[in-house]
Amino acid sequence: MATRQNLTDLSASAAPPAIVRAATGSRRQRRKLAPWMEDTPLWLRLLKGLTLVLIAVSMLLPFVHVVAVSFSSAKDVIQGGFTIFPRNPTLESYRVLLSGGTVLRSLCVTAGVTVVGVAVQLTFTTMLAYGLSKPGVPGSRFFLWIVLGAFLFTPGMIPVYLLVKELGMIDSYAALFVPGLVSAWNLIIMRNFFMNLPQELLDAARIDGASDFGVFWHIVLPLSKAVLAVIALFMGVALWNTFFAGILYLNDASKWPIQVVLRQYVLEGAAITSAADFAPDQPPPPAKSLQMAMVVIATFPILLVYPFLQKYFTKGVLTGAIKG
Amino acid sequence: MASIQATDRRTSGTLPVYSPPSRARRLLTAIWRERVMYVFILPSVLYFCVFNYLPLAGNVIAFQDWSPFSAAREGPIQGFLVGPWVGLQNFRDMFSDPDFLTALSNTVQIEILQLLFAFPAPLALALLLNSLVSEKVKRTMQTIVYLPHFLSWVIVISVWQQFFGGTGFLNEILHDLGYGSVNIMQNPDIFKPLVVAQGIWKEVGWGTIIFLAALTKIDVSLYEAAVIDGAGGWRRMRDVTLPGIRPIVVLLLILTIGNAFSVGFEQYFLQRDAVGAEASEVLDTFGYFRGIQAGDYGFATAVGMVKSVVGFVLIVVANWLAKRFGDEGIL
Repeated sequence: MATRQNLTDLSASAAPPAIVRAATGSRRQRRKLAPWMEDTPLWLRLLKGLTLVLIAVSMLLPFVHVVAVSFSSAKDVIQGGFTIFPRNPTLESYRVLLSGGTVLRSLCVTAGVTVVGVAVQLTFTTMLAYGLSKPGVPGSRFFLWIVLGAFLFTPGMIPVYLLVKELGMIDSYAALFVPGLVSAWNLIIMRNFFMNLPQELLDAARIDGASDFGVFWHIVLPLSKAVLAVIALFMGVALWNTFFAGILYLNDASKWPIQVVLRQYVLEGAAITSAADFAPDQPPPPAKSLQMAMVVIATFPILLVYPFLQKYFTKGVLTGAIKG
Repeated sequence: MASIQATDRRTSGTLPVYSPPSRARRLLTAIWRERVMYVFILPSVLYFCVFNYLPLAGNVIAFQDWSPFSAAREGPIQGFLVGPWVGLQNFRDMFSDPDFLTALSNTVQIEILQLLFAFPAPLALALLLNSLVSEKVKRTMQTIVYLPHFLSWVIVISVWQQFFGGTGFLNEILHDLGYGSVNIMQNPDIFKPLVVAQGIWKEVGWGTIIFLAALTKIDVSLYEAAVIDGAGGWRRMRDVTLPGIRPIVVLLLILTIGNAFSVGFEQYFLQRDAVGAEASEVLDTFGYFRGIQAGDYGFATAVGMVKSVVGFVLIVVANWLAKRFGDEGIL
């Protein structure tokens, strides 16, 4: 209010800037402009709108197209044309992929690795974060520096590969989540969160005779549900997207995670072999629909958790952590 | 000491002598008191030692003539210790290796394109979104542009392949309109702009969110003051908005420059077969094919070391420059 007052005073005394003259009128109020904002000219608003629509379309159209192709029948693919809406939509591709064979197996592998990986990684990260957040533990500064050092000095691909090989983890699922067991990044976020918990609460519990583990289990974890959930989600997304580790450590094709299988079929053009029978009365689904159905299936879990990831980010909790 | 002796005299023989515990003893007591905390800390610290610091030490094979064959003879751990030392030979070989030079040149070209186009893109989008009045439009746009960040490169390349590839969406349209087809995904000549475009498509939302967070932290009263002083839109952008987000821009710029030699692995690996090694080989993929595929471990480790040392030097230099121009830097 004070500002508006100032502006009016100014306009009364000196030659009023254009802004101030424009600062009245119902359209402004309708658009909820702050008092100091001038009204944007129409052409500029149209230009902005057009740019935004173009960006949105360029982001979404490819996905729409991929989904459309995945639902297309053989007839649609042969007819070709603008596939935004398939003319004869069918679930045949999904039925074939999900009724057995390589793709279904790799989906199960990836789901299993994701669940186990998140559980293990979250346990280790949470415990270390709590350990490093408690004041008065001798040596905790040194341990913290060990973690921070991992930020600055990351080992190369070959030495890590040789180590994993030496530990006998080649062709084991553990190779997909153990080499990245604790991320220094997640650890710092979680430790910051723990340190900002009300310490009086923790002290009170200790005075009442709670053990370190009791404080961790009954006080710290319940207070940190939100941050734990989000870090678990991020770990899950990373594990679901695991590709490089699969290429590097798994020679056995039957253990490949979905992303590696996806590359094999969609980008390398390998024929999709499926244990499932193709329905006898219909032509088999076209390779393209099968490929795109695979892309949709591999994307689906990410879409499922996306609203939660997005909500967290717009809240800016992580961006706050980034800014230190 | 004097006061303790005095106490001794007064209490001689009747009470046990109090002497403050020594430093070492106090430390031991504290360690014993916090023993449970070490159960929390040590497993993960062990992880960092094994999977981060041990391989770092393993970098010594960059100075050895180390191949799977010598490993089989000596056993890998002994191989680290007694492997035939060749000094800087691997590093010298690098610069007479035409494939390495190709990978180096591709990496530098892509990095320059990224700095020119991929770095400012989220900044521009954030400024655009920030200038919108409607919170709803702003949020919707963020939701849309941020999604590809969470998808793997395999999915992103698959989607692009389906959209721009030989029999993809674009060529279908061109075909229907009676034009010939265009070759985007398999054309080595435009591969570098293509990967930068893919990178922008995938990551623009991530950068935008960071810049937007910084933009919303700018004090509104600065804008009000600027308006009272008669500053127009461009003037406010130059004198309020840009200085306001300058620290975060500088920070991200330093980090980007520090990653100059690591443009990534998956994006290039996945498209290598489509456009050929000549156009797509970067240092990361070169290291993989030389090391893991061809088994030339010592040489590939040397490549990795050059990559991280140059990255480290670039970060330090960029940080020094930023400080010289009055910014905070990161170190």
